[in-house]
Amino acid sequence: MTNLSPANEPSLVDEAEAEEVARDRAGGAPRSGWRMLLPTMTPWLAVGLVLVGVITLFGIFGPYLVGDPRQIRDIGLTPPSADFLLGTTQTGQDVLAQLAYATRGSLQIGLLVGVLATALSAFFGIYGAYRGGFADEAFSLLSNVFLVIPGLPLVIVISGFVPRESRGLWTIAVVLAVTSWAASARVLRAQTLSVRNRDYVAASKVSGEKPWRVIVVEILPNLLPVIASQFVFAVIAAILGEAGLSFIGLGASNSATLGTMLFYAQNGFALSLGAWWWFVPPGLVIALFGMGLSLINFSIDEIINPKLKNLRQHRRRARKAARLERELARAHRRSRPQEPDAVREADGAKEVSAR
Amino acid sequence: MTTTLVQDEGTAARGGRTEPVLTVSDLTVVYEVEQPVTAVKDASLTLHRGEILGLAGESGCGKTTLAYAVNRLHRPPARIASGSITFHDRDGADVDVLALEDSALRAFRWDKLSMVFQGAMNALNPVTTVRAQLRDTLLAHRPGTPRAEVRRRSEEVLTRVGVDPRRLGSYAHELSGGMRQRVMIAMAMLLEPQIMIMDEPTTALDVVVQRDILREIVRLRDELDFAVVFITHDLPLLLEISDRIAVMLAGEIVELDTAQRLYREARHPYTRKLLGSFPSLSGERGGFIRSGVDDFADAGTPVQNGQEDRA
Amino acid sequence: MTRVHVSDLVKDYSIRTGLRRSRLRAVDHVSLDLVPGRTVALVGESGSGKSTIAKILTRMEKPTSGTVDVRLDDDTPVQGSLYRRQVQMVFQDPFASLNPFHSIEHHVARPLRIHQRTRTAQETHERVVEMLERVNLTPAEDIAPRRPHELSGGQRQRVAIARALAPGAQVLIADEPVSMLDVSIRLGVLNLLGRLQREDRLAVLYITHDLATARHFSDEIVVLYRGRVVERGPADAVILDPHHDYTKLLATAAPDPERVDRVSLTQEGTDRGDIDNSVCYDHFAGEWQEAGVPAAQARGGAAARSTS
Repeated sequence: MTNLSPANEPSLVDEAEAEEVARDRAGGAPRSGWRMLLPTMTPWLAVGLVLVGVITLFGIFGPYLVGDPRQIRDIGLTPPSADFLLGTTQTGQDVLAQLAYATRGSLQIGLLVGVLATALSAFFGIYGAYRGGFADEAFSLLSNVFLVIPGLPLVIVISGFVPRESRGLWTIAVVLAVTSWAASARVLRAQTLSVRNRDYVAASKVSGEKPWRVIVVEILPNLLPVIASQFVFAVIAAILGEAGLSFIGLGASNSATLGTMLFYAQNGFALSLGAWWWFVPPGLVIALFGMGLSLINFSIDEIINPKLKNLRQHRRRARKAARLERELARAHRRSRPQEPDAVREADGAKEVSAR
Repeated sequence: MTTTLVQDEGTAARGGRTEPVLTVSDLTVVYEVEQPVTAVKDASLTLHRGEILGLAGESGCGKTTLAYAVNRLHRPPARIASGSITFHDRDGADVDVLALEDSALRAFRWDKLSMVFQGAMNALNPVTTVRAQLRDTLLAHRPGTPRAEVRRRSEEVLTRVGVDPRRLGSYAHELSGGMRQRVMIAMAMLLEPQIMIMDEPTTALDVVVQRDILREIVRLRDELDFAVVFITHDLPLLLEISDRIAVMLAGEIVELDTAQRLYREARHPYTRKLLGSFPSLSGERGGFIRSGVDDFADAGTPVQNGQEDRA
Repeated sequence: MTRVHVSDLVKDYSIRTGLRRSRLRAVDHVSLDLVPGRTVALVGESGSGKSTIAKILTRMEKPTSGTVDVRLDDDTPVQGSLYRRQVQMVFQDPFASLNPFHSIEHHVARPLRIHQRTRTAQETHERVVEMLERVNLTPAEDIAPRRPHELSGGQRQRVAIARALAPGAQVLIADEPVSMLDVSIRLGVLNLLGRLQREDRLAVLYITHDLATARHFSDEIVVLYRGRVVERGPADAVILDPHHDYTKLLATAAPDPERVDRVSLTQEGTDRGDIDNSVCYDHFAGEWQEAGVPAAQARGGAAARSTS
């Protein structure tokens, strides 16, 4: 509809183009394609990055700084103290040590599932859509089938079916990835279908690019924000999903995660005994990590949809413009001749535009 | 309603009467961004009753902004920084458009002054019929119109723009591009406005369809005596259909003259450049395209050649 | 020097409405020749099949029947990857034909690398700068690292032209190359194309709906209506002395500043229902021919038809 950015319009005459080029060059170096993909820093993004960063560092280095999480002592259920910063469990295990190992376990699962699910959705979504025809129909059908399979019940069934001893980290990761890629694949397919028909893809085919290069070099970069957002979402979903599985006792048998901590806390009647230090820390880590990733995701959304980016700024300018205009209208109603300040404003604007 | 009377006035208009219907003076529109941008600079023009005024210019020259501002349809951060817009009603009353308040403004739009937007043919609602959309527009401005009257009026406007009234039951996707554009024009003239602003109404259409619609606009103007502001970048087209043409460059109206005079003796270099950019269909071939001059070296040559051709 | 001989090109699309399949013939026995140093304009409204012909010529679509025969000077047929090197295209919308993610340099450098026109990165960069300067994008060193959104429409179209010529193309398909540009820039881009054509002796197919530029920019005009050629001949002859009803309609519909008397705006519109696309007037032969049939048959059958 109305054009909100006349300043960015292409210049009118060719002679002016050259001047414009010279002026723009003086303004600053052009941003590279990769830089464009990075979100601009906002308070929300900063909070998200700090949360995710701190928890990740804790997961990586925490286990080296704490004692053995399995060591049983005869001081069960002590509240936080100088010796045990987060108290102990029913069997006298250090909650802080358990938390450090559990965070690492959950992060591993999250990352693993995130990578697997993103790879699956990228393959089925992008490749199918690019090839079109039978491949697209088949891949599309497959993702539709996976989409209507209820995720959690399937995960429970599969996890229950696999014998406990062989139910390792990888099994759980694969199960979670297989049940979570379909929705992302559909979004990617839609995006690819739209990008595939753009002229620049046709142009690169005409110049003789090989199909894989067209996908990887021409199409993929334009999908990266979407893929990044899906990856982040997949990580959140995986950590929550794994926590849910472990909580009902179907998690990985050989690894400790935040979900298994909650499972043991539940079995040890932590809630009814009032041992908040046992179940609050793992719950909080899950919640804060999820929140951090979500905040990062919002910032990625702004890249996908640049309109969101300038929304606040735009609203502020709009309010200012509306206010100034109301004043002018009021002046008009009071008297036909123009108010002196309206004239001054116009002069100011002229100066700016003449620059 | 007053077709016969209107037609009398129409003949008078073509006879050279110069009663103004809209006066815009020193209008300045500013985009309130980081460094405010003046999109329209001290634009002044008078639109006469029954006149087709062409507004020519290229993308970003401010012609659309001007049209929106006249209608007060511009959205913040654009604002009218100075100037005045006066509408001279048929009954003799003068309306200060900038001073209109919400409800009065709504009544003014569409009723006195309507607009056909750029790409309007894609602006029809895809899920309701043409009939429902015409009815909604009519009832929004004339609440309480009897149903029979609504139907009669809808059929009348469609017939006027050359669309079979049986198309009332159609959905937008069932109509061709030209047909949709006609429906949009029908909708704009539903309330018999005195001014119609058309922003690139035919740009997306094929030349033959475009010609049919232009023909329709000229005929309707003759019948109903409304004034038209016709915005486009296509100067040859404007030269054919408009009485007067305003050429805009970087927010300013650099030249405003009758079509004939603008074509024969354009004063502003930009107007000449624009004219030179359109090769003449039936005129002499001229040396300009295949002569080997490049635009950077000889930006002026095309214009001069063009003038020689015409002399 | 490369010449293109297109003969009896047919392209059918199958349309599925519900369970029924129907066939739409987009291009119906179209033949044309492109020779070095000459421009053929393909004129028609949207849906007339002109873009389909461009797609077939650039091998983005396969014809249902008919042949596109591209030969070098020594009569060797152009095939495989050589085809992509020889036949290139400039797209209509310069805002869509450049990838927003990549720099200008990438767009021009890729064809050079694909077709092994340059060996080293240094050489490629020098060639890119050279190509950009050829299309008047100066200072080229400054333009090269920019990305498309930092350029105006006219500049982008110049980049697109540079990209098309980068592989050393001898045949250029220009699909409405200026219709999305501002009017005052159009002339410059067309003049640029004209200059490059003369310098490289390119064979150009100029696809457009604008009769005026078709007349001035090209040597020969082929008028397409509903997939069939309805008139062909030297540019001036077709525009100034149109024979076919459709060409006449196009010529009267095009705005023409020479005609300020508004004649065409007051007369009644022509009904297109009675326009016949089964005959074609060939200005070269000076006779009516049958359209929509193989070229060999066209000559025989048409004479009888036009006299009846």
